[in-house]
This record gives sequence, structure tokens and C-alpha cells, in this order.
Amino acid sequence: MTIAPEVPHTVITDPAQVQAVLAEKFPGAITPDTRPGYSGFIVSSDKLVEVATTLRDELGYTYLSSVTGVDYIHDGFMEVVYHAYRIEGGPAVVFKARCPRDNAVLPSLVPVWPGADFQEREAWDLLGIRFAGHPNLRRILLWEGFHGHPLRKDWKEAYYEQEGKPFDSRWPEGHVFRAEEKTPFGDNVAYPPDWMPPDDLDRLTQVSAYGGVYDAVLQTVDEDTRGLKTDHIVVNLGPQHPSTHGVFRVVVTLSGETIVDLQPVMGYLHRNHEKIGERNTFIMNIPYTDRLDYICSMSNNLGYVLAVEKLMGIKPPERAEYIRVLMVELTRIVNHLWAIGFLLNDLGAFFTPALYAIEERELILDVFEATAGSRMMCNYMRFGGVARDLPAGVYERCRELAFERLPRAIDELDNYLTHNEIILSRCKGVGYLPPEMAIAYSAAGPVLRASGVPYDVRRAEPYSIYDRFDFDVAVRYNGDVYDRYLIRVDEMRQSVRILQQVLDQMPKSGEIIAGKPQYQVRVPPGEAYGRVENPKGELGFYVVSNGKPNPWRYHIRAPSFINLTAMSEMCKGHKVADVVVILGSIDIVLGETDR
Amino acid sequence: MYGLGIIRGLGVTLKHFVESYIEDIRWFGRKYTRSDILPVRQGPKGKGIFTVQYPEERLPIPEQFRFIPFLLYEDETKQIRCTSCGICAKVCPPQCIWIVRGTDPRTGRPKPEPEEFYIDVDICMNCGFCAEFCPFDAIKMDHDFELATYDRTTTNIFDLQRLLKPVSYYASIRPTDYAREEAARAEKEGAKAKRPAAEPAAAPAAAPAQAAPAATTPPPSAGTPTGRGLSPEEIARRKAEMEARRRAREAARRAGEGGGEQA
Repeated sequence: MTIAPEVPHTVITDPAQVQAVLAEKFPGAITPDTRPGYSGFIVSSDKLVEVATTLRDELGYTYLSSVTGVDYIHDGFMEVVYHAYRIEGGPAVVFKARCPRDNAVLPSLVPVWPGADFQEREAWDLLGIRFAGHPNLRRILLWEGFHGHPLRKDWKEAYYEQEGKPFDSRWPEGHVFRAEEKTPFGDNVAYPPDWMPPDDLDRLTQVSAYGGVYDAVLQTVDEDTRGLKTDHIVVNLGPQHPSTHGVFRVVVTLSGETIVDLQPVMGYLHRNHEKIGERNTFIMNIPYTDRLDYICSMSNNLGYVLAVEKLMGIKPPERAEYIRVLMVELTRIVNHLWAIGFLLNDLGAFFTPALYAIEERELILDVFEATAGSRMMCNYMRFGGVARDLPAGVYERCRELAFERLPRAIDELDNYLTHNEIILSRCKGVGYLPPEMAIAYSAAGPVLRASGVPYDVRRAEPYSIYDRFDFDVAVRYNGDVYDRYLIRVDEMRQSVRILQQVLDQMPKSGEIIAGKPQYQVRVPPGEAYGRVENPKGELGFYVVSNGKPNPWRYHIRAPSFINLTAMSEMCKGHKVADVVVILGSIDIVLGETDR
Repeated sequence: MYGLGIIRGLGVTLKHFVESYIEDIRWFGRKYTRSDILPVRQGPKGKGIFTVQYPEERLPIPEQFRFIPFLLYEDETKQIRCTSCGICAKVCPPQCIWIVRGTDPRTGRPKPEPEEFYIDVDICMNCGFCAEFCPFDAIKMDHDFELATYDRTTTNIFDLQRLLKPVSYYASIRPTDYAREEAARAEKEGAKAKRPAAEPAAAPAAAPAQAAPAATTPPPSAGTPTGRGLSPEEIARRKAEMEARRRAREAARRAGEGGGEQA
């Protein structure tokens, strides 16, 4: 792996200028993307790695946020879209590379940005784009016995009914049926033609049946100074294990108790959220985003509506903006309380700290329930505003929380845990991630900031009305589990600060949605990448519209998914018990990891 | 000193432990017997024991809480508010609403009333879009969340009978929403009433439109109204109709499958 060298580089923050510089350096390789509603430029695939290296080393675009593919079936090509950022802040450089659909091969950018690892695997898995030179190009969300690449536009799911919702069978002749009856379980599975399901023990023990999960971890023999040979053993943690925060599996190679290599295995909760999203109309996706990171549904909503609002070119009214920030910052506190509580669970402090944290969380969920109608599946944001105004009493309740209860609760939690010697000895120096690696691996959120990189989307590229508030970007410098705990406490304090300002500045009344609420929105053709600083990291929505009621492409840059790229680095050299703690400190939610 | 941090932490635990007793003494047992104390127990000023012993104790449900839609009918006239326009079925993200649009048996033309209305509550994701975008305030989200059944394959598709609830029930669970909607409706009616005077030309066109829903209203039955607000005869008739339709559909499906096998 190569890491961006620390050399002073030309500071160009304007993407158009970046494009000009690159066009000069690589004549003929850069074509501007002139489709209406699109931005960025198209790089010819043979020059892709060089262009990327120049971007990283000479122009300082060290942080690759998102990699995804789009299937333009009518034009006969696949397109891979990259969003790269400067870690000092500023807008994205969007560049694309194209390949034919029937022979979709592009050079891998993992050597340039290791953070592309999982994202390229995902693009291979779901879109069938091969990345030449990728060190470990296997399926990631689906299993080896899956037939086809589901995000290709000509792939149809087992319960396929129609290209897009609403389905014609529902109205006006809505004769009810249960999908299960139409396609019974067992008849809805297709295997690849050359693949046999592992149905007996003999085949189960064959490594190939797992499609190389075990090939990816080192299986070597150690020899110590006295010539004593010891085998490495491979251990599966999960998928059914309470420490993995859901159905998540970690394959570790151990030398004694020490971790030599580690591979996260995910996809047990995969439902192809993106395919569902492409069948849905634009508004239908809002409640689906609740189910990504179900702890922070409010901020998921915000990320998606921001992306679509960019396409539609609308802005929410003043009061709606304040309500949005209010809800999103409450969500951040909810998430960090949850994360800290369950980190302590992972450390073995069974549930007392978690329940103290959950008590405060409950009070915030009461606010969500009173406002949005649901404690977790909020479905509260709409294009151009929010669904409904704050009911009577909620504002006062928020004031009580933000000015009295939450500051005290955070102090108490701090007092309770921060100096605990057991926590110190279990967390300090464990799971170290150096800053340059954190950037290279596209880590985001608390994981990135605990490694000493003060990168926060709210500051780096302010969205909504975050430029109005006075807050500090929390940063810690040791990059270990303890700092990832501390940074969450810091961030909760900053969120309380923002909340207090929101509640003081918020207009007492006013419109909460721009225009009339509509169930069918017209979204002009084009692409948009909306990103927000979710509690777990940078959450991005890449939405492509072709002017139809359903999005052509709907991609999610999921922070809990991409933060796992660095997990292997963090765990090497530590003990098995530390894996659980390190995973807890990354703070993943499988609903978002697996999508 | 090593261990000081642990002791400090244990101090917090001790505080929580002692607080629960202090609170209990302060409320003198009433904390667990009076239902109106629950907001204190689980409020921003709550201390001590936080949990609520469901199902013996229940937290008050906020008005905006939403769970599974239901259909509204007027208490007096038994008129179903739904006009089978299909917006709820079109906006539903998991597509769990099926509507058969009503047709007038004499003319064969569509009439503003649903023939059948199904919601598959297994699929419903409680997003509330149907209630949000219904232009007739005919479908609303319920507060009844205790829907556990033994058999999901037969009981979880709610039909029209299961979905209908009176407007008075809606007014009881969502009083402010109800008041707001009634005010808006009254305003609209007022505007409509005024219009014929101002624009006499528009009056003839408006009048039949207003009369049409009234004509299709089933006459208030003499029979005893049931909990759902329809007379037993009416329910029996509709059930028989639905059963007949279901049989016909199944027969058609079987025929279709058989044909498929032969082909």
C-alpha cells in the first residue's frame, strides 16, 4: 500500500481548475461531462490510475469519499463515479470512467486509495464491474452462490413485478395476493450455472465452497527462535454473536491469541436497498432510508432529501432548516450514547453503563415520537422541508433536554467512565489507526477524527444551516479505542452547544415546507451527491435522475461499511478479545453496513 | 492513586441506586400506582426507577404516533370517506394497499367508493404516507399497536371491514389533527356555499358533483349498528360478495396455472 506523500502541493480548490490542470497534463484523456445536470469529467480508462495519482499527490485530493457504478443500459456502457475530496475541506472532484457492459473492466484504484477496496468489491458484486489489479476482488454483500449482478438494469429479482412503483396491480383492480404465494420459498433462488450449492458436509469443508473467504486470510506457519513450529488457526467470530452488534462475521487468523490477519464478512442483512430504491419513486425512498442506520434515521433522511433537493433546486424554509438541525443533532447524541453504552458492553461492563445511556436516549426518542410519530423509523424529512411542525410542548421539552438534562447526563457519563482504570487499560493503545492511514482508508466520522484528522463535513463543506452555528470540530490525536470513546463524548458536548443555539435562534413560527406537499415530485435529469456528517461518519447519497418518477441510480456511501475497511489494520497484533472492542469503537450498524 | 477512577464511577452507580429509594420515599409509593405520574417517571426531570411495567402500566401514546392505517366512516351516515382515488396505493412505499374501485352496477361507471380495500399489514412499514397525502382525510394512522396473531398467513391481510373505524374514534386519538382538518373542511364548505351566489354560471356544474356522493350513500339501515358502524345485514351482504369474488379469483388463478402447466 502506498500512502500519499507529505509534500507541499499546489492548492487548487476549484474543481473546474483541477479539471483544467489535469487536461493539460493528460491531453486527450480528460473529457468534460456535458450531459445536462451532470458535473465533473470523464477519464479514459487507460489513464485512470495516473490521473488518480496526480489528484492525490500533486493536487492534494487524498480522501476518496465514494466509488460507485451506474448502468447506462440504453447507452450501452457502465460508468464508475468517483468523488474525491481534499482533507482540508472544499468541494469534490467528480470524475468518471467508462467501460462496455459486456466486458466491464476498469483498473482498480486500491493502490492509490486503499479506501476503494470495499467499494470496488461492492461495485463488482452488485454491478459486475471488474477492477483489474484489485487484491481481493470477491463478492462482498452477496454470497458466492448468487446468480448475476443485481444492480444491472436487466437483472430481475425473484418477486419482480414491474420496472417501477407504483405497481399497476394495486389500483384500480387491486386483487390482493401475497408475494410469497406467487413465488414460494425455494423456487425463488437461482444459482450460477457452474456453481453447486454446498449441500453436504464434504463440500462444506472445502474452502472453495466459501469462495475464498479463507483464501483471503493468511494461513501460514510460525517458527519461533527455538525452532518450534506452530500452525495458525482460523476462527470465525459471528455471524451469530452478541458482540458483533448484529449479524456480522469476522474471520481471524490467530497465532496463539494474537491476530495475524482478519477479514470482515458481511451481507447477512443484505436486502439490496439500492435496487429497491431504484424501483421506488423518489418520495418512497425516504422511509427506506430510516432502515439503513436505524439508530440515526433522522440524519439518514436529511442526507437523502439534501441530495434530491440539489437535483430539484429547492431550498427549505427557515423554520424547517432549524427543525432539521434540531432533530439531526439530537440524533447524534442518541447515536453516541448508544455507541458508548455498547462499547462498555463489549468491554464486559454488562449493561449498567449501556442502560444509563439508554435512559437519556429514551427521552430524546420521546421527542421523535411526539414529532415524527415513531421512535426510530422517523420518516420525518420531506423534499423542501419537514413532514409536520413541532407539536405543542415539544419545543419546551427540547429546551429542558438541551439546557438541563443532557449536559448533566453527559458530564455524569464522563465522570462515570472516562477515568476508570479498567477502561483505560483495555482501550489505550488498542486499535491504533495512524492519521495518514485513516485518510487513505476513507475512514470517516469519529474514527477519522480520533486519529487526529479534524475533518467534519459540517465544517468542510457546510450543508443546511451549519455555517451559522458556533461549534468546534472535535479531534483527538491518539487514534486508539480510548480516543474514539472520548471523541464521542466531545461530540455530544458540541451537539448540545449546537442544540442550544438552534433553540435560541429558531423562528417561533413559519412555513415548514417549500410549496405544497406532493406525492409525486418532478426531479429534473442529472446527478447529485448529497453528503452529511452522520454520527457514524460521512453519509453520502448519489442519486441519478433521468426525469422519470423513479431514480435511475440511488447509491449510498455508508459510513459503517467503509469504516470497516480499516478494521483489519487496527486489529493486527492485538488479542481476540480486542477485536470485539475495536469493532465496538468503530460503531457499526448492520442495517447500513449490509444495506 | 490507582483505582480512583473506578471508585468515582462506582459513586455514580451508588447515586443512581440511592436516588431510586429517595424518589420512592418522596412519592410514597404513588409512583407505581398512579398512571398520571408516568410522565414524571419517564420525563426530563425523572430520577430513580425509569422503567414502566408494560402491559400493566402503559405510557401515554403521543398524538402523532402512527401504526397501521385505518379507514374512516362518518358516524351518523355510515358514509365511507374513501373515494377510491388510489393515491394511497400509489404513494405506498412497500405497495401494501390494494383497492378495487367501485362501479355503479346500473351504469357501469366508476363511483367514488371502494369496492374492496386491502392492506397487507405484514408488509406495511408504518410510514404514514397514505394518511399524509389522502386528499379526503379518509385514511389515517392508528394507535393500536397490539396486533400479534398466531398465524400470519391468513389473518394479516386486513379487508375493508377490518379497516373501517368511525370518525369519532379518529377524533378521540388525534384531537388536534381532527380539529384542524374539520376547520379546514368547514372553511372549504363555506367557500363552496358562497360561490354559487357570486358565480351563478358555475352553480349547475357544482351541484351534481356535490350530489353524486350523497346518491351513492347506502341508506342508514334499520338494523342494530355493530362496532364497525354497519348493520349486520350490510356486513353479511358485503362478506358474501367478497367471498364470491375471492372464489372466482381463485378459480381463475387455478385455471391459469393449469393452463401454464399444459403449455
